[in-house]
Amino acid sequence: MKWSEFFTSSVGKKFVMGFTGLFLISFLVIHVGLNACIWANDNGVMFNKAAHFMGSMVVIRIMEVGLLAGIFLHAIQGLVLTAQNYKRRSVGYAVPMGNTGSPWYSRWMGLLGTLILLFLILHWYNFWIPSRFTGVEEVFIDNKPYDNLYGLMLLTFSNWWVVIVYVLGCISLAYHLMQGFHAAFKSLGFHNRKYLVVIRNVGNVFSIVVSGAFAMMPISMKLGWVS
Amino acid sequence: MEHYNMNLTLKVWRQQNTRTAGRFETYKVSEVSSEMSFLEMIDVLNERLTSEGKEPIAFDHDCREGICGSCAMYINGRPHGPWHANTTCQLHMRAYKDGDTIVVEPWRANAFPVIKDLMVDRSAFDRIVQAGGYISVNTGNAVDANAVAVEKEKADESFANAMCIACGACVAACKNSSAMLFMSAKVAHLSLLPQGAPERNTRVVNMVAQMDKEGFGSCTFQGACESVCPKEIKITSIARLHGEYLSAGLTSNK
Ligand code: HEM
Ligand code: FES
Repeated sequence: MKWSEFFTSSVGKKFVMGFTGLFLISFLVIHVGLNACIWANDNGVMFNKAAHFMGSMVVIRIMEVGLLAGIFLHAIQGLVLTAQNYKRRSVGYAVPMGNTGSPWYSRWMGLLGTLILLFLILHWYNFWIPSRFTGVEEVFIDNKPYDNLYGLMLLTFSNWWVVIVYVLGCISLAYHLMQGFHAAFKSLGFHNRKYLVVIRNVGNVFSIVVSGAFAMMPISMKLGWVS
Repeated sequence: MEHYNMNLTLKVWRQQNTRTAGRFETYKVSEVSSEMSFLEMIDVLNERLTSEGKEPIAFDHDCREGICGSCAMYINGRPHGPWHANTTCQLHMRAYKDGDTIVVEPWRANAFPVIKDLMVDRSAFDRIVQAGGYISVNTGNAVDANAVAVEKEKADESFANAMCIACGACVAACKNSSAMLFMSAKVAHLSLLPQGAPERNTRVVNMVAQMDKEGFGSCTFQGACESVCPKEIKITSIARLHGEYLSAGLTSNK
């Protein structure tokens, strides 16, 4: 079988989804860990230093390109699959199956993903574009200049509607991952039933804890829990 | 269980043939015995329709004992009706009570076009099996059944997958109209056994290609198929198929 046949088959496309999905998950782990530095309550010193350290590593810079490619591959492939699968049944049922047999969020991955994408556009506009291109105000820590991303966060999250959009984005992510985490392993061919039970539970905890932690960041800032 | 009679309202999908549009027809059926099977209830209705000079409801059935997989009916929002691990022919009227309304629809999937009323064309499944769901056995003397040792756990797993009766409920239940549960059962059944080893790679590749050609969707691991499978085929078989496909891709020389 040629690779072209592999990647254009229905199974190969799902392989791409699972692979890019897990790659995005691994990024989330790093991202949430780094951002958690805001809770050090040291006026952002630890967070700004950590962000600077990440931004100055070549490996991370290269991975950033991979990450962007990964997100677009995942989003495009996901939406294409959703559209193709939708067209497989032209006449629907008068009485739909609903949630018997599958949880609602597992059937709405395309919608949840789209919500995540919309959130990401705002997120890039808020942080990624200033930090990479248009510039961020500087702050001096130990007489060295650092991008004051912490200050930018405080400013951005002083707006209630931004906080609300971020929390909604995190809720979409939680549901997306509750289905996505275990599905990705299955897409990659992992079929041991004993470990899949563990993966399912780990996935649920991961989805809630990671998305919850992300959601608490804007909330903490808005409510003045960090300074 | 206490025997009782009931009066029911049936809403059944009626469609002349593949090309015409169908519609629901409502029938009142009275004095239905709780001891009847669901298909017997339809038989009685059909006798009445015939005596009234109307066309009886067309539906597939054969063994009526849950082993052939013909009896495809989507009943009140569930393939094969409300009971777990059950076929329509094994559904009994004691599942219902007096005054119930029952909506009966055919399997819905573009790959399963309606032939008439509740009958759908499932020959796509046959073509998928023809594409790779077989093993090669040399003619000659019959080999002793114990000549090839099979690990017990694998034999059991293979057997559990061989239970698939190709009824198509997985396709009917899946939001993507995916045939993956069916196909993965066939692949796992054969690939887990030493007799299935020679065609292991070509089997999965050819079957997936045929499935895609037939117009079934891909798997999103939602689990609706597993929840309605009369033979309790596990969704992990689909994950196994993904693994088989990946290894076929990785080890191929082309
Ligand atoms: C941080 C961002 C994201 C993460 C961590 C993530 C993760 C995942 C994972 C792990 C899966 C399971 C893959 C599989 O079933 O094999 C998945 C599926 C999916 N994702 Fe995402 N995703 C993200 C963003 C997006 C975006 C932006 C979109 C679309 C606009 C999207 C659309 C989808 C769709 C449609 C599926 C289901 C595909 C299918 O099973 O047919 N995701 N995602
Ligand atoms: S008629 Fe054979 S399984 Fe139902």
